[in-house]
Amino acid sequence: MRAIGTLAHRLAILVYIAFALFPLFWLVKVSVTPNDLLYSEGIRLWPSRTTFEHFRFVLAHSDFPLFFRNSLIVSLATAFAATTLAGFAGYALSRFAFRGKLTVSGLLLVTQMFPLVMLVAPIFKLLSPLGLTNSLTGLVVVYVAFNVPFACFLMQSFFDGIPRDLEEAAMIDGASRFGAFRQIILPLTLPGIAATVGFVFTAAWSEMIFALMLISSNEKATFPVGLLSFVSKFSVDFGQMMAAGVLALIPACLFFLLIQRYLVQGLTAGAVKG
Amino acid sequence: MATIDIRSVSKAYGGHAPVLTDIDLSIRDGEFIVLVGPSGCGKSTLLRMIAGLEAISAGTIAIGGRVVNDLAPKARDIAMVFQSYALYPHMTVAENMTYSLRLKKTPRATVAEKLEAASRKLGLDAFLARKPKALSGGQRQRVAMGRAIVRAPKAFLFDEPLSNLDARLREQMRAEIRKLHAGLGATSIYVTHDQVEAMTLADRIVAMHGGIIQQVGSPLDLYDRPANLFVAGFIGSPGMNFLPGRWDAGARAVRLSDDSALPVERAIDLPDGSAVTVGVRPEHVGLGGDGGLAAAVDLVEPTGHGIILHLRLQDQPFKALTTDRRYLTPQESVRVTMPADRLHLFDGNGDRIA
Amino acid sequence: MTPAPRRPFLQRLGDRAEPWLYSAPALIVITAVMLVPLVVGISYAFRDVQILNPFSGGFVGLDHFRALAGDKAFRVALVNTFWWTVLTVLIQLLFGLILALLLDTPFRGRGIAQALVFLPWAVPTFLTGLNWAWLFNPTIGPLPHWLHALGLLAEPSNILSDPNLALWGPITAAVWWGIPFFAITLLAALQSIPSDLYEAAAIDGANPFQRFWSITLPFLAPVIAITVLLRTVWVANFTDLIIVMTGGGPADRTQTVASYIFTQAFKRLDFGYASAISLVLLFLLLAYALLILLLRQRLIDRDK
Ligand SMILES: Nc1ncnc2c1ncn2[C@@H]1O[C@H](COP(=O)(O)OP(=O)(O)OP(=O)(O)O)[C@@H](O)[C@H]1O
Ligand SMILES: [Mg+2]
Repeated sequence: MRAIGTLAHRLAILVYIAFALFPLFWLVKVSVTPNDLLYSEGIRLWPSRTTFEHFRFVLAHSDFPLFFRNSLIVSLATAFAATTLAGFAGYALSRFAFRGKLTVSGLLLVTQMFPLVMLVAPIFKLLSPLGLTNSLTGLVVVYVAFNVPFACFLMQSFFDGIPRDLEEAAMIDGASRFGAFRQIILPLTLPGIAATVGFVFTAAWSEMIFALMLISSNEKATFPVGLLSFVSKFSVDFGQMMAAGVLALIPACLFFLLIQRYLVQGLTAGAVKG
Repeated sequence: MATIDIRSVSKAYGGHAPVLTDIDLSIRDGEFIVLVGPSGCGKSTLLRMIAGLEAISAGTIAIGGRVVNDLAPKARDIAMVFQSYALYPHMTVAENMTYSLRLKKTPRATVAEKLEAASRKLGLDAFLARKPKALSGGQRQRVAMGRAIVRAPKAFLFDEPLSNLDARLREQMRAEIRKLHAGLGATSIYVTHDQVEAMTLADRIVAMHGGIIQQVGSPLDLYDRPANLFVAGFIGSPGMNFLPGRWDAGARAVRLSDDSALPVERAIDLPDGSAVTVGVRPEHVGLGGDGGLAAAVDLVEPTGHGIILHLRLQDQPFKALTTDRRYLTPQESVRVTMPADRLHLFDGNGDRIA
Repeated sequence: MTPAPRRPFLQRLGDRAEPWLYSAPALIVITAVMLVPLVVGISYAFRDVQILNPFSGGFVGLDHFRALAGDKAFRVALVNTFWWTVLTVLIQLLFGLILALLLDTPFRGRGIAQALVFLPWAVPTFLTGLNWAWLFNPTIGPLPHWLHALGLLAEPSNILSDPNLALWGPITAAVWWGIPFFAITLLAALQSIPSDLYEAAAIDGANPFQRFWSITLPFLAPVIAITVLLRTVWVANFTDLIIVMTGGGPADRTQTVASYIFTQAFKRLDFGYASAISLVLLFLLLAYALLILLLRQRLIDRDK
């Protein structure tokens, strides 16, 4: 009886793993299938011959390296800026009792609730006279704002986990409040900071709606914009598209590995507060 | 080293009832002051106000003659040992102990010298390169002490520094703190719940209750002449017994509820018939004999070195402490006597009479 | 009681300002990029704002809302939003809960298994959409052939172009992508249930099913409630998959309110109309949140 239960449990886990990985596997499979086998071996699990031709083409003869670079710039800049801002604000929320604190938390929470798609039109209108449409800077500004509230809650929960005694001890030892923050609290929050950077990076890397709206030229396109325009223009070249897709997957997966450990903590913090 | 003068200090957290009211206390240079009082009476708050971690709502605090109300903690030149130790987890023991010196840009050679002196004094030489998490509770406590003493500050503040240690270690550290204080002679304020710590360490004890200082005095003062019912009950373990009664001016005695009389030797000036409370410490209660009052035995608690008898005297709980092992065998009742010179008398307000 | 000497004005100001100095940069960015546009967007709903029409910009009162009342596509989008949200959230919840329970029992390789099943959550949503669109494409993907072989499809065709089935495409992708979120949240909740509760119940003679029913579920219920509440709002607003996979088609059969807003703003560049729809969506979501809060209050009152 017990053995059957265990077997069923392991089987169920395997089914989940298969379901989770199959689409990604298929992406990789098509990206290494030579063009001539693409349709003849369309539903075989693995092609009889494999090739890296699609990757070579995408990397050498398409704009994807450019898109990749743009996405990387935008995501990294967003991740660092948002984490910095959220670090300071999260610290204030965690450590000070001040009038208006509840209002600030409430404001952050509200921003998590309303549909961002509402902002597509007004943001476009507001940014265009500033020259921030079709610009990576504009994109970063928008992404930072979108990600700061959640990052704030995350950072606040990390700061809450560090006993107040520590910075009080540091202040008595002769540090200013900011000194205590920099020398004692920040080093201890490093894992939390890494997790926050990871979350924001992933979010910025995935964002599509505002990128589509705000970016109009190929030189400024981020990965989703580039990939989608590529798909609508050359919707026959599946091998190349999927090779590009695999490339888009890599940074996200790397960051996923980095933040995996904090997923539970982060999401519970988010679920409780946001 | 410095004096600490606390003048009419009060503290209220915005919108709440005051936590401390009108605290006045002058601490002499090199004195060891122990703050005691029940949980929530404001001991930590007072300590944190002296340290500069908590704003002062009213009054002034002066360290070494200089009012420090507006000074940041770092400008007050005091050291504090926290109950949680508050060691910096990412620094080694040596780094923890020298953090304050390094912040002051002390020359490296001096830092090393002071570190060595302090770690030798506390027996920490072997652990200097370790991180706090690789230390036992007692060792962490020593590091916290070490962090305070390397600085040679004007004053030491301790907030229940030993309460996380087991009884034996606590006893040992208590002796060491005593020795350290004898050696350094630094002004110290020490918060504790522990009777024995308070009695053994203090030059003077400050007993607090509900944010108000109840009595300031030497340990024996507080034990022998508690100023009011609160101090009488709080100092000493097991706590003092109290019996309600009336003052009989003619007989110069207190009449208990059953009209029996407890003669009082001291000169007492009270109107006849006024309500009083008689207090007697369990260790001063006499057992056996023919005279005295009858008490029913509820429970016998052997402590090893003595026996605590839980009695019922005129329907009041009453404790007696004895070393006579005869009382280990359960008895229905005993006779208790209260020596006249050991009686404490309190008036209707709970204040000590004479 | 002598009052404390007044602290120098600048110092008091500094103390007051400190928390605000720390939070100001974040607040400024949020205000400038989210709150101001929100207000501006609300004003657009009553104006004629079309990017391609230089003469637009005038005040039109409730015109947009009148147009909206007669807009058949919008009504379809409302219905679609309902089905899209309800089905996505419920299926995610069901499979997420099962996964969390599976992962709550310790077994060898749990760490790796966990990383693998949570991986979809890391996949960018545009890529998730494309990936599933390709899987549903009979020329390149296996799914139509498998569905055909199972007898679920009459012929191996693309369900994304079948008006009656198209919505299942984005739903499948959303479920694949969203299961980890539920699983992670519920797993964290499961792991916070003290194990001595289970031991006590086992000693009291409860079998595993009874233990699940009397301990696990009551403990999870609040987490499930709040997660479902938040996710419902989130999924209702989530347009990436629909835009990538179907673009709202075929014949608006997968158009949700949120994707309709995007279409109006992005394709038609009719910002006024898009903002009017946004306002309606905002009200619907507020009404939903209010309804949930009232229900909760009712439940709490009843428990008393
Ligand atoms: N930030 C605060 N806001 C409101 N009240 C507070 C705050 N901090 C402390 N108090 C209150 O002040 C009172 C005194 O607290 P304090 O920590 O000084 O007590 P204590 O004597 O040190 O107690 P213990 O022995 O338990 O440590 C308590 O009643 C507490 O509830
Ligand atoms: Mg305390």
